[in-house]
Amino acid sequence: MNRKTFFALFSRDVHVARRNLVATLLQTMLQPLMFVFVFGQVLTRTGMMSASYKGILLPGIIAISMTMTGVQAVAMPLIAEFQFTREIEDRLLAPIRIEWLAIEKILSGTLQALVSGAVVALPARWLLGSGLGISTEHLGLVLLIAVLVALFSSAGGLTLGCSVGQTQIGLMFSIILAPMMMFGCVYYPWAALASFPVLQKAVLINPLVYASEGLRGTLAPQYPHMSTGVIIAVLSLMDAALVLAGLQRFEKKSVS
Amino acid sequence: MAVGIRTRDLRKVYTSPPPLAVRGAALSGGFGKKPKGAKAPNVVALDGLSLEVAGGEIFGLLGPNGAGKSTTVGILTTRVRPSSGEAYIGEFDVWRQQVQAKRLIGVVQQRPNLDFSLTAREILLFHGAYFGMASQERHKRANELLERFQLTPRADDLTRGFSGGMMQRLSLARAMMHDPQVLFLDEPSTGLDPQTRLLLWTIIREYNARGKTILITTHNMEEADALCNRLAIVDHGKVIALGTPAELKASIPGGYLLQLRFSSAPPELMESLRRISGITEVRPNGEGIDVYADRGGSLISAIVAAAAESSVELRDVHISEPSLENLFLHHTGRSLRQ
Repeated sequence: MNRKTFFALFSRDVHVARRNLVATLLQTMLQPLMFVFVFGQVLTRTGMMSASYKGILLPGIIAISMTMTGVQAVAMPLIAEFQFTREIEDRLLAPIRIEWLAIEKILSGTLQALVSGAVVALPARWLLGSGLGISTEHLGLVLLIAVLVALFSSAGGLTLGCSVGQTQIGLMFSIILAPMMMFGCVYYPWAALASFPVLQKAVLINPLVYASEGLRGTLAPQYPHMSTGVIIAVLSLMDAALVLAGLQRFEKKSVS
Repeated sequence: MAVGIRTRDLRKVYTSPPPLAVRGAALSGGFGKKPKGAKAPNVVALDGLSLEVAGGEIFGLLGPNGAGKSTTVGILTTRVRPSSGEAYIGEFDVWRQQVQAKRLIGVVQQRPNLDFSLTAREILLFHGAYFGMASQERHKRANELLERFQLTPRADDLTRGFSGGMMQRLSLARAMMHDPQVLFLDEPSTGLDPQTRLLLWTIIREYNARGKTILITTHNMEEADALCNRLAIVDHGKVIALGTPAELKASIPGGYLLQLRFSSAPPELMESLRRISGITEVRPNGEGIDVYADRGGSLISAIVAAAAESSVELRDVHISEPSLENLFLHHTGRSLRQ
């Protein structure tokens, strides 16, 4: 690998992300934070939800923000660059094997997802106020799961970005991302689906389930959650599968 | 040491619409809606194309849309995988030694593909960085290029709002940024105003004078004539004629082309036309007759006389001087603009 070229490609993405920082933050943070306010404050304060819901909600909100940031940071520019503007061609001609460009995309998406998780956690924590019951005891595990989550989101973004046409972006949101968000155990623990046995099994293909449950199990272990060991194993497998699929799609898309 | 380009027996068959690199070129086959159950269309873009471009040469690929020019450039620049055949940049096999080949080339695509998230200056600086140029060298070279391409006043603007001409200038500046040995220009002056076109031509000639190899695709004969040391005329994915512009023009019988239309074209008229001194070839062309000759207007009276002899009326005459357009017409029976 040509390290100088890889670093230059990465710097370009960091430079562009920094330039679009405010817009990106608004795009990815506003919705989860409004959710936090409505579900975590309005509904709990009026007594329609118990105060313990706040602790269930926060890990889910971090998971969904990271996932959406990672997917969108990689997929959206790629969809446009491959089809309409063809901006990516200059980078495809850089003196490096093109799979490294895909890896660079995954790396920059992962980084953006991690930043988004951290950036959303603080105001969400503040908005939710006291009585959260969040523990920082398993910080190492939290970080490990966060990295695995960020990786699947950006590798998933790469796969989607190389598979979806420009005219199908709306469809991508409504048939892939929206169900993923609603059935990703973001707003409730997986155990809460016990009364819907078929659905409870079906959602297991959704990586966001493991992201929410994993962060819930490490940040608020007092609530029901899947086993952390299983989560790490499944997330690692999903990461590997999505990275491979993404690289393959990228190569197919870049070379006629 | 100047770096040459070589291809041997390149074939490319698209089984699905070409995704990216050659989209600008309307291929000769069709990818329109196909009926349900129909097999994926196979479109032959290149059909055994062999070329040898010497180092330091400005070489032109001339042909109509869909002839296979952009696919050839796509293969030579690692953007299109050939179905079979070989492609070399210097000593490097483009498909086995991609990274080495990419180091040697700069590419200007048919449609501008500038990085819209960056300013003009940043586009050059990042491009230089991709090629491992040191920071100081990058800044110096970017400044020189911005100045040479008359882009300095807009250097720090995002390129989204640039005019077509400015985008094309910046694309060429970017392709030259890392000082490549070989420059590929796919239809470089399409849609440019004459002033910008002349500026690009001057810059291309200057670059070539430094020993660089340049491969241009064009369907503009004037451009091919003005810039290229040698030309290959390409049609249906094959080279159909090769030589210097002068050699190619001299190869047309007579050089002048007179396109004639008569009220009718009986065989005895064709015969009497053939007998006129100065006319080298007579060909029926649809309702008319194409005549290749060594002069133009001065033959008209003899042609009118021949027509009168066969009791036929001459209705329309179009005379063109020796040109690559005529050459193309001679080889393919079609105009370059068709």
